[in-house]
Amino acid sequence: MADATALAGAGPAVDGDRVPDASETLDEQARTEVWSRVQQARSVKRPHTLEILAAMATDVVELHGDRLFGDDPAIVGGFCRIEGRAVVFVGHQKGAEVEQNVARNFGMPHAEGYRKAMRLFRLAERLGLPVVTFVDTPGAYPGAASEERGVAEAIARSIQVMSGLRTPIVSVITGEGGSGGALAICVGDVVLALENAIYSVITPEGCASILWRTPDKARQAAVAMRLTALEQQQLGVIDGVIAEPRQGADAAPEETAIRLREAIVAQLAQLSAWDVDELLAQRYQRYRRMGAFVETTPISTPRPERHGITDRLRDLLGSSRGVLIGESGPLRPKAADDVDEPPLREDL
Amino acid sequence: MPIKVPFRSRTRSYPPDLWTKCPGCQEMLYEKQLEKNLRVCPECGHHFRLRVDARLAQLVDDGTFGERDAGLESVDPLGFVDQKPYPERLAAARTATGIRDAAIWGTGTVGQHRVAIVVMDFAFMGGSMGSVVGEKVTRAAEAALAERIPLIAVSSSGGARMQEGTLALMQLAKTCAALGRLSDAGIPYLSLMTDPTTGGVFASFAALGDVNLAEPGALIGFAGARVSAGTIAETLPDGFQRAEFLAAHGFVDLVVPRAELRDTMAGLLSYLAPRPMARSIEGNGSGDALLTRPQAGSLAGSLAPRPREVVHG
Repeated sequence: MADATALAGAGPAVDGDRVPDASETLDEQARTEVWSRVQQARSVKRPHTLEILAAMATDVVELHGDRLFGDDPAIVGGFCRIEGRAVVFVGHQKGAEVEQNVARNFGMPHAEGYRKAMRLFRLAERLGLPVVTFVDTPGAYPGAASEERGVAEAIARSIQVMSGLRTPIVSVITGEGGSGGALAICVGDVVLALENAIYSVITPEGCASILWRTPDKARQAAVAMRLTALEQQQLGVIDGVIAEPRQGADAAPEETAIRLREAIVAQLAQLSAWDVDELLAQRYQRYRRMGAFVETTPISTPRPERHGITDRLRDLLGSSRGVLIGESGPLRPKAADDVDEPPLREDL
Repeated sequence: MPIKVPFRSRTRSYPPDLWTKCPGCQEMLYEKQLEKNLRVCPECGHHFRLRVDARLAQLVDDGTFGERDAGLESVDPLGFVDQKPYPERLAAARTATGIRDAAIWGTGTVGQHRVAIVVMDFAFMGGSMGSVVGEKVTRAAEAALAERIPLIAVSSSGGARMQEGTLALMQLAKTCAALGRLSDAGIPYLSLMTDPTTGGVFASFAALGDVNLAEPGALIGFAGARVSAGTIAETLPDGFQRAEFLAAHGFVDLVVPRAELRDTMAGLLSYLAPRPMARSIEGNGSGDALLTRPQAGSLAGSLAPRPREVVHG
């Protein structure tokens, strides 16, 4: 694998250790560097799924429709051969020009896109073909039509289908890995990313407008989220980074596609040697161990109570009485706190 | 006896501890009465958000709940700092809520059906799902699978926890994968969506119930109004992401008022409780399964004839 750096078959577990701290020493330079990667990841000149396939695969046949509602132009899928090996491909598709990009909905899928993807995943499973997915989306389409047709359910279901699919899956983040809309087709046995790709839980603008209350802090949010491919590899979320040609993927799409092909073929060769049950167990563990937490011995923390003044007084009296009278429990005054009817407001 | 204090101004006459204003009908509600009514407005039926302990008390049979994995705590894998460092936010949330993260899971019985149940608490950092929430949902699912008991998840969340970056996103994959195994083994999963269930939680375990329930008026949606407005400059109409809308579009089976939730769940569990022969080999029969087995000749019965007796052990 010429250009894939440190491709561990399964990523290292993140077990509560902090990776070296960047955000504390962040400076303008880091922000500029990270932001330039965000812009490269988003560049419309960057090769998208169909362009990449045209350069790296043969006999590409695109299939259409989810058999339920329609055909989503923001997700493409079908058959192709990569170095002679037949695979099912699924990927987000943006357009290179404004008009095409509008037609592709800027690579933001609706529910039917993910349902088409699921249909093709299941087809691949039935035919015993491996799956290759190409991830490049700002996120699923966040509009009315999407909500009506249940984009959230489609994403959840697609993640579930992929996690149990009885055939090898290689996923590559080629541009923007935007949140659930990306993950829905990115649950691979191996997840790779191009050098200038990004992967994040929310767009930097979205993160900034929620946590900093202004989208202007997007550059800062981008640094804080550690969304670059190399940082994601350090976190163990992705398994390998594929170096782009010196000029960047947008300037050298052909060369980028060749590098992608080398990495994908190498992974497919490895994965196809696995027994399918073993493969599924490994895939489950890959996602099962994602997360950072510690397990401490539980100490019961007293819960703050929002009580009325009578309750507070009773607690106060009760606790001191408890000391005095021992096990018999506090003497509860029978008065106000047993009254269920609200006091008249005029009387308060 | 309430005491009349003539010198206080009218505006100060509703102590916040005693009275709560209903956001639905603007009515002032007496706390004790609200509490008694399961925190549902008696005037307009507005369902207030419930803290996790109140929710458990309402759903799980008295004295049967046992919390598991109470010691799980989030760490700060990214060194995330926005206006405050993430560890400070965590500490503040722990102090304010008295719980360690936004979910609690354990086992107990609902209408005498033993279940694994995970409940989220919106009061803890907006119920956001980070590593701990994902881990608890996953452990609950794995325990349900190991013990062959139904799983119940009660969601209340603003989505994935941004401060944990893609590790929070990976919790979507982790939980969905665990639910996939549960489903393959024929173990039922009941999802209850409460106000609000949005973003990454709705787009993962909350949407995947064998039966999806929702509380009336609950906000349930994929993208928040701010995201829609910011990304595609589209404003969503009123009542758009409400439980009733989801039900009308086929993503929620039943919208159930809070007072009826426990009975509805118990009734569903009597159908859902895993049967010894349901798609799995090493099933360990439970008494409940015998009571709810379909009669011979019914569709399910004719498709998969099951023995009429179960050997326990």
